[in-house]
Amino acid sequence: MASNKEIDESLVDVAEHVEEQLGGSIISHEIINDEVILIAKREDICRVLQFLRDDSECKFEMLIGLCGVDYPERPQRFEVVYNLLSLTQNNRIRVKVYAGEEDFVPSVTKVFSTAGWFEREAWDMYGIYFDGHDDLRRILTDYGFEGHPLRKDFPLTGHVELRYDEELRRVVYEPVHLVQDFRNFDYLSPWEGMTDVQLPGDEKGTTLEQGWKPSDASVGEKK
Amino acid sequence: MAEPLMNPEDGVEVGSQTHIKPYTMNFGPQHPAAHGVLRLVLEMEGEIVERSDPHIGLLHRGTEKLIEYKTYTQALPYFDRLDYVAPMNQEHAFALATEKLLGITPPLRAQYIRVLFSELGRILNHILNITTFALDVGAITPALWGFEEREKGMEFYERVCGARLHANYFRPGGVASDMPAGLAEDMLEWVENLPKAIGDLETLLSNNRIFKQRTVDIGVATKEEALDWGFTGPMLRGSGVAWDLRKSQPYEVYEEMDFDIPVGKTGDCYARYLVRVAEMYESMKIMKQCLNNLPEGPVKSNDYKVSPPPRSEMKDSMEAMIHHFKLYTEGFHVPAGETYTAVEAPKGEFGVYLVSDGTNKPYRCHIRAPGFAHLQALDFVSKGHMLADVVSNIGSMDVVFGEIDR
Repeated sequence: MASNKEIDESLVDVAEHVEEQLGGSIISHEIINDEVILIAKREDICRVLQFLRDDSECKFEMLIGLCGVDYPERPQRFEVVYNLLSLTQNNRIRVKVYAGEEDFVPSVTKVFSTAGWFEREAWDMYGIYFDGHDDLRRILTDYGFEGHPLRKDFPLTGHVELRYDEELRRVVYEPVHLVQDFRNFDYLSPWEGMTDVQLPGDEKGTTLEQGWKPSDASVGEKK
Repeated sequence: MAEPLMNPEDGVEVGSQTHIKPYTMNFGPQHPAAHGVLRLVLEMEGEIVERSDPHIGLLHRGTEKLIEYKTYTQALPYFDRLDYVAPMNQEHAFALATEKLLGITPPLRAQYIRVLFSELGRILNHILNITTFALDVGAITPALWGFEEREKGMEFYERVCGARLHANYFRPGGVASDMPAGLAEDMLEWVENLPKAIGDLETLLSNNRIFKQRTVDIGVATKEEALDWGFTGPMLRGSGVAWDLRKSQPYEVYEEMDFDIPVGKTGDCYARYLVRVAEMYESMKIMKQCLNNLPEGPVKSNDYKVSPPPRSEMKDSMEAMIHHFKLYTEGFHVPAGETYTAVEAPKGEFGVYLVSDGTNKPYRCHIRAPGFAHLQALDFVSKGHMLADVVSNIGSMDVVFGEIDR
């Protein structure tokens, strides 16, 4: 446990150091599950990552990964998450920027070469546009694919399906035809009994409009 | 008629008629040396590769999208299907990430079993990689010899979980079931005899003239380049960086294990081969320690809100029955939060960035596959090499398309 606490403090130190040095570029920082998360300004992301890579107290030499996350209810629906690793400090840090559908995020390929494909993937999956990326093509989806499949509003089944056509002697694309509607079961009843969600019929169990009413004593017994 | 040109470098007369035009070549997607479905568009200057553009995604199955629609229990088997050469190592990353969000620790015996099978997976993965790599550069015998041992290892997979490949064995909170009686003894026997088989492979390859001609000084990545391109695992260690998550950020019981991290010196294909061979011996050491010190006890968490109660209990306990029913319909709820948890998979750092919104399904599950970053660097390591060396580079990168395309 003692070692855990130690790591905790060093994480806070790193986060505060970065915030101090980069001033306006960092909006805030938080620590979730012993992992440091910096929220950076979108337009300053290159500067932030370069600082994290080169600063002698940070030394995050490696960009482990980059990915998008979609929160459709937010005004800036996308989050771009950069996971960095320091080999010398044996440390990890996560940098996030927010981007709307129309916004572009500066590409960090100049800072970390490995960002190239990860940014292509984020573009492919979410449609996040990376400015300054010299080869922003789709990467995982099919040639000629339309849409960005990991967006929350993209259906799991997709829009087109393909099959080999015997007559045309080639693969043809057709709109998805499901014999049975896609079933997404909602099992979201709360685990710990009926606490705050009211399902139809619940009103019978809580307050009775008429007739016998449980006395205070019997309610206490039930609990 | 143009003047015949003299090439100052080699003194060969090159006439206007013999001018070499850049040539675009298509490699794959169906090619035995592509290790799956890799399409490469190569820009050649004669036999020299100017640029290679890997077209990936031919095995894309939308794993990350599917996981968002599945409960945590249902999402786990997708990880077997990523790097299908070392399935349990992938499961390990997801199980650890889920456990981190849940704030639970599996029992000690489960941790030992997980480490044991992760290391078995590493050996099996390296056997496959080394032998198929040798096959790519012209040696057939290693594949024939290596696959015999690999098959024996797969039998242990099968005995513990019922499947040779798609294990679904590591679960959040432990492992699916205890090891059957006699398995530990058989594994120990296999591990004790394995150095001979690996030694045989080494005699075939390590000093083999053809193998060295095809791998030494091919695809060199310096330390700085390796960091810049996000290399991890044997690719990074081959370039002389002593970095292994099992040592530097130990998870499970790796802290208690006695093993070394082999590091290459030259950063070429041959160094990566040597690192992998040496790693197998280290994995054997870890497996032996696990088998000898395997503690008794439960193999999954006794928190029935996360892992199912034993079947015997379900027969006469109403509560156990309800738990079982809820776990296999609704699944368990994971507190809102996020984590990036990585394990040292055989190919490098395999990480899971898991975002939970407090429901029974992951909100987002990004899978950081080591092969994805490695294959991206193919262009840079192959530049200026001959066409045949691209095959060596692909082989030494240990690409498996299940994890790259996801």
